[in-house]
Amino acid sequence: MSYTYDEAMKDFDPVFGIEVHVELNTKTKMFCGCANEFGAEPNTNVCPVCLGLPGSMPVTNEKAVESAIRLGLALGCSIRESSRFARKNYFYPDLAKDYQISQYDEPTSYEGELDVVLDDGTVFTVGIERAHMEEDAGKNTHVGGSGGIQGADYSLVDYNRGGVPLVEIVTKTIEGAGERTAEVARAYVATIRDIVRGLGISDGRMEQGRLRADVNLSLRPKAADGEDQSAVPFGKRSETKNVNSLRAIERAIHFEVGRQADLLSKGEPVVQETRHWHEDTNSTTPGRSKEQAEDYRYFPEPDLLPVEPSREWVEELRGTIPEHPAKMRARLQEEWGFSDLEMRDAVAADALVLISDTVAAGAPAQAARKWWMGELARTANEREFTLPELPVTPADIAELQGLIDSGRINDKIARQVLAGVLDGEGAPTAIVEARGLEVVSDDSALEAAVDEALAAQPDVLAKIQEGKVQAAGAIVGAVMKATKGQADAGRVREIILARAGVEG
Amino acid sequence: MSTLSRADVARLAALARIDMTDEDLDRLSGQLAAIVDSVALVAEVAGEDVPATSHPIPMSNVHRTDEVRPSLTQDQALDAAPEAEDGRFRVPKILGEEA
Repeated sequence: MSYTYDEAMKDFDPVFGIEVHVELNTKTKMFCGCANEFGAEPNTNVCPVCLGLPGSMPVTNEKAVESAIRLGLALGCSIRESSRFARKNYFYPDLAKDYQISQYDEPTSYEGELDVVLDDGTVFTVGIERAHMEEDAGKNTHVGGSGGIQGADYSLVDYNRGGVPLVEIVTKTIEGAGERTAEVARAYVATIRDIVRGLGISDGRMEQGRLRADVNLSLRPKAADGEDQSAVPFGKRSETKNVNSLRAIERAIHFEVGRQADLLSKGEPVVQETRHWHEDTNSTTPGRSKEQAEDYRYFPEPDLLPVEPSREWVEELRGTIPEHPAKMRARLQEEWGFSDLEMRDAVAADALVLISDTVAAGAPAQAARKWWMGELARTANEREFTLPELPVTPADIAELQGLIDSGRINDKIARQVLAGVLDGEGAPTAIVEARGLEVVSDDSALEAAVDEALAAQPDVLAKIQEGKVQAAGAIVGAVMKATKGQADAGRVREIILARAGVEG
Repeated sequence: MSTLSRADVARLAALARIDMTDEDLDRLSGQLAAIVDSVALVAEVAGEDVPATSHPIPMSNVHRTDEVRPSLTQDQALDAAPEAEDGRFRVPKILGEEA
């Protein structure tokens, strides 16, 4: 490949669009009462409805409708007064009915707008075409060959995921992002993820497929100086599927921009097709060609009645929409007094909610940040967990910090206590009591330990008395050792200096 | 004047994965065209003021609360499957040799 992303930007103008599928975290599926859960034994969360058995009848999940409307509102969409479901017909083994229940010409939510904040604070507004409800498909496992669909001998299907509620969010065509195209795309998907988490309607975990992105992209020649870029017609586009991490979105766009720029510069056509993203090679390969114009023969789903949310309900739901993630971040940063770097690191580590909850549980913001971004981030890294997966709660951290602030334990002991919490020994206070870890604040015990240490090292006492106050460190160390680290080092130092008759 | 051509019927048959002989297409395109043309007469009667009707019964918002109901067991689910393996439905290879 000869064109790099940056070089391509000198000659071409990218135009793109993104489809995001969000799996909702309802207890049950979209159209039946089977559990919506990840990781169950195959084909145990299935029933006649989601297996598409003859005579079964779907019924909409009210909670899923509510979640879809709330998401639409958070994306600034209008909510249609009457929307219908439609059948999208196609044959694929992960689709038991040979059609997917989706929405076609009357999606629940339409015409929205989402502000996306880039790393340097630039705000880019992405137009939202629609957000509609549909059902997920089952999961195919290919047997034989290399384990992929190509060359497989046969496939096995688990329908547990079939019928899980999805909301598909479709952007309008995005123009004018130029060299920031990859960055805008990534930030857009990150914002959607933050929004669904903020709404509590999905955990948005891309690595588990709860949030999936397809990226449409085309290039057109860059307009000459002074010419109107938007007057240049669009090129043919590719649709890259299966882009399942934020980093992959950026990389997939880099790859497609380079690939298409190469073709166009050689005078070859870009084929309008679906392409698959490969995480291992950072490249895309062609899937089925869109030239066989997909014909899904959509028609209104006769087994489901229209969804007509009352205006009162919609307004009630509007009241439950949290503030925009970027605005919330700006507010929290101000309240917490974090630097830009501290804030960016906390966001990148998925620690914002954890820090916020720790602060709500009574800890100072900087202390909460230090725990989550320091000791806990290290532990998470070692155990290959994400921060939210660690077996410790914000309340535990606030309790631990409270023990330090009240002088019952010191920083060093606190780390031991935290290790105990992570190992499932219980809450911090209980661990301190069970293990007898409280700081020795009884002066007579400390004085005895200091005297013993001074007697063992008489030369040190002489040095301190000569004015070499830093020599006291050796005695502090000896006392800390004798008390198994449970002494308050500052207090020990005061006692040593008093014994030596020196002012601290 | 038929609104449904023989090519339309062939295309629909292909989309629906129904094998049709030339005789099938000749016969069915005539019959289907007659049906489509008959239904099209409705459009001549219904004016602009009559919305297209997908659901004739005036009902909406029939929802279910989000409560888990018993599912089938794996054995029940796979009972009528032509083939099963490892608790899953076994299906023939999805992509043909040319793919």
